[in-house]
Amino acid sequence: MTAPAIELKGISKAFGPVQANKDISIRVMPGTIHGIIGENGAGKSTLMSILYGFYKADKGEIFISGTKTEIPDSQAAIAAGIGMVFQHFKLVENFTVLENIILGAEDGGLLRPSLAKARKSLIGLAEEYGLNVDPDALIEEIGVGMQQRVEILKALYRQADILILDEPTGVLTPAEADQLFRILGRLREEGKTIILITHKLREIMEATDTVSVMRRGEMTATVKTSDTSPAELAELMVGRKVLLRVDKKPAAPGDVVLDIKGLRVVDDQKVERLKGIDLQVRAGEIVGIAGVAGNGQSELLEVLGGYADGTGVVTLNGQTLDLSGKHSDGRSRRGRGIGHVPEDRQREGLIMDFSAWENTAFGYHRAEAYQSGLLLNNQAIRNDTAEKMARFDVRPPNPALAAKNFSGGNQQKIVLAREIERNPDLLLIGQPTRGVDIGAIEFIHQQIVALRDQGKAILLVSVELEEILALADRVAVMFDGHIMGERLSSETDEKELGLLMAGVGS
Amino acid sequence: MDVMPKWAEVVLVPLISLILAAILSALVILAIGEDPVEAVNLMITGALGSTYGWGYTLYYATNFLFTGLAVSVAFHAGLFNIGGEGQAMLGGLGVALACLLIPWPHWTLALIGATLAAGLFGAAWAAIPAFLQAKRGSHIVITTIMFNFIAAGLLNYVLVNLMRPAGSMDPATARFPETVHLPTLHDILGTVGISFSKAAPANVTFLIAVVACVLVWLLLWRTWLGYEIRSYGKSEAAAKYAGISPVAITMIAMLISGALAGMMAINNVMGEAERLVLNAVEGAGFIGIAVALMGRSHPFGVFLAAILFGFLYQGGAELALWTSIPRELIVVIQALVILFTGALDNMVRMPLERLFLMMRRGDA
Repeated sequence: MTAPAIELKGISKAFGPVQANKDISIRVMPGTIHGIIGENGAGKSTLMSILYGFYKADKGEIFISGTKTEIPDSQAAIAAGIGMVFQHFKLVENFTVLENIILGAEDGGLLRPSLAKARKSLIGLAEEYGLNVDPDALIEEIGVGMQQRVEILKALYRQADILILDEPTGVLTPAEADQLFRILGRLREEGKTIILITHKLREIMEATDTVSVMRRGEMTATVKTSDTSPAELAELMVGRKVLLRVDKKPAAPGDVVLDIKGLRVVDDQKVERLKGIDLQVRAGEIVGIAGVAGNGQSELLEVLGGYADGTGVVTLNGQTLDLSGKHSDGRSRRGRGIGHVPEDRQREGLIMDFSAWENTAFGYHRAEAYQSGLLLNNQAIRNDTAEKMARFDVRPPNPALAAKNFSGGNQQKIVLAREIERNPDLLLIGQPTRGVDIGAIEFIHQQIVALRDQGKAILLVSVELEEILALADRVAVMFDGHIMGERLSSETDEKELGLLMAGVGS
Repeated sequence: MDVMPKWAEVVLVPLISLILAAILSALVILAIGEDPVEAVNLMITGALGSTYGWGYTLYYATNFLFTGLAVSVAFHAGLFNIGGEGQAMLGGLGVALACLLIPWPHWTLALIGATLAAGLFGAAWAAIPAFLQAKRGSHIVITTIMFNFIAAGLLNYVLVNLMRPAGSMDPATARFPETVHLPTLHDILGTVGISFSKAAPANVTFLIAVVACVLVWLLLWRTWLGYEIRSYGKSEAAAKYAGISPVAITMIAMLISGALAGMMAINNVMGEAERLVLNAVEGAGFIGIAVALMGRSHPFGVFLAAILFGFLYQGGAELALWTSIPRELIVVIQALVILFTGALDNMVRMPLERLFLMMRRGDA
């Protein structure tokens, strides 16, 4: 029997009182794709950081190809043949692909020989694994999928035999993800060992040979992928039965809350992003905006959220909204009863360095309840935050913790709690579950549906068609700044919407 | 997860930086053939060994408190205000006008009037670069630097051509009337029976500077305006989402910053010189940057850093007076402190972080 490519024995790691990894043992056989699945905060990233030398385990041993190996830092990990592809790429934007690949692995002081050597080996790698990338393209000019290939090539150039990919599909379109999985298949055929960290069940089922499930710092099971099912994995992950479909009653739409007529938006580069949008959202219904990213959905949310200028007529409960000028900003929109969960919570929705309680006031920091005289009533905000965290099951429930220290799902819950608990008439939601684990997805979906059932109007933008179909009562498809068509979600399917998304008219 | 405990972050890093700067300074003093131990002795006794020394140390510290706070407030909004020097010069002009043109009945009223004038002039001088940044995107670092030169030129013109008393050869204003004379620490502490050097220039402004520290702290961490300033400084995209106007915050933060820098003038112009002279600011605007960096833009940190730099200024002056260590070397020592505490912060931080990481591993 061959030795496992990686064997971890009894790995434990604690951060203060938090036990991130508890006595974890795992064997990854060479030439396989091994999935590690678990909710955010289950300890997947900690485990991989130990393997890659970012953290040192409190207890436990690491064996690489049967030999006990110490990995004190990432150099040692690279020397041991481990390569890591991070969720957020570590590339220099204004360097070429080739320059990025040799960065940190140059031979000698002169660049030219290393570049020539890298070019040769890059051609070899491209042939061997089907990883075609233009070596002279600038990183900023190639797509996300290509950038990820560069990260994989970086690892292979450093002679990695074991590749760890951390949530690799988080930023990819479905087509790019399929390509990635084809590449991973090729790598496996060539004898590489791949560890795929993800929280998406579909990817585990499609791509992996073996899957290990983590929950709350423990490895709860390791099974052959062919012997399991998504439902079983979900249950192992969350520790209880999980609804993979959203459970909701048919909508009971009421009066029109949001009425958009002829909405146009021109961006800073003078490009017209919205080319005359007509759309209505009624009380008690969820309208989903489907479409490939970049077809105007972001601009629609921005102009409704008050931080992009537009022209046209938009009314809320019959009252006109200013689309530019002094009364068109996030604050006046909130005053009018529009809540907004932005598409990019880390860039817009939260100040990552601020504590959870400071973030809970964000956008509502001038609210009267938060003031005492000239000063902010920080205690009131803290109390408010503690309550919201409890109601939205934010973990850890610590209002003083900085936003950046929460997992993606919990960050999203903080934003959602802030916007929903203000009881808005209209809630704008962009990508509600991007980078969110499945336990949290279920919870977030339930909250959105509950808000609808209270008779609120909800405008949902998502690039996940499945999510739109599951949540929305009515679907509008955007393409190139136009709405290509509207369908009731009960009367349409992915195929029909897919055609509309590609701009094929009805 | 923070790598280092908070106390190491705020105490250990600056302390080690300081010690490194001190060691290097000692080597420089050795190299020119002087005794570093004696030099340190002289600096400490000169700056802290008598109420006279303290009086000067606190006087300098007062200047640095204002300019340090000025830089800190702008920092929190993500703006790098290098124009403290020019804003303090204009503040001086405001003080001089207030003191010379208005017949104040009592120093308390004069102090209020002069403080307002200093703040107003300083804020006005910061307003132009702020507007250019907010509306036109002209980088505030460049414009504030240029405004320092314009301020120097403007003051030169005003002092030589407009405010110089007839017959005087000195490019300075007339002496302020006796009624606007501010009580010195000697006067203030005398009322409670503590004797303090009469010759030292530290005055009531020091107390105002301490109050300013508290007010800036309140503003930044206890008001929605400060919350908006800090939010904008952390993330412009998030600020826009929340309905915080980048233009308004840029203007407001710079106006506050300029006003604080301008208020330095009540210390050096009204409290000490009692007339406006050329180059009254003497670089305090630039020292403010170092003070803010070292104090991590927190009012309490700024307070400690300002005292330290006050000590360096006064100790350095004593050194130049009593030894053959040339004046220029004092500047070298001050520069080393700035270099280590400001620019080379990471040089100390990185190994310390590694050390703490190792200790944490060792604990388990």
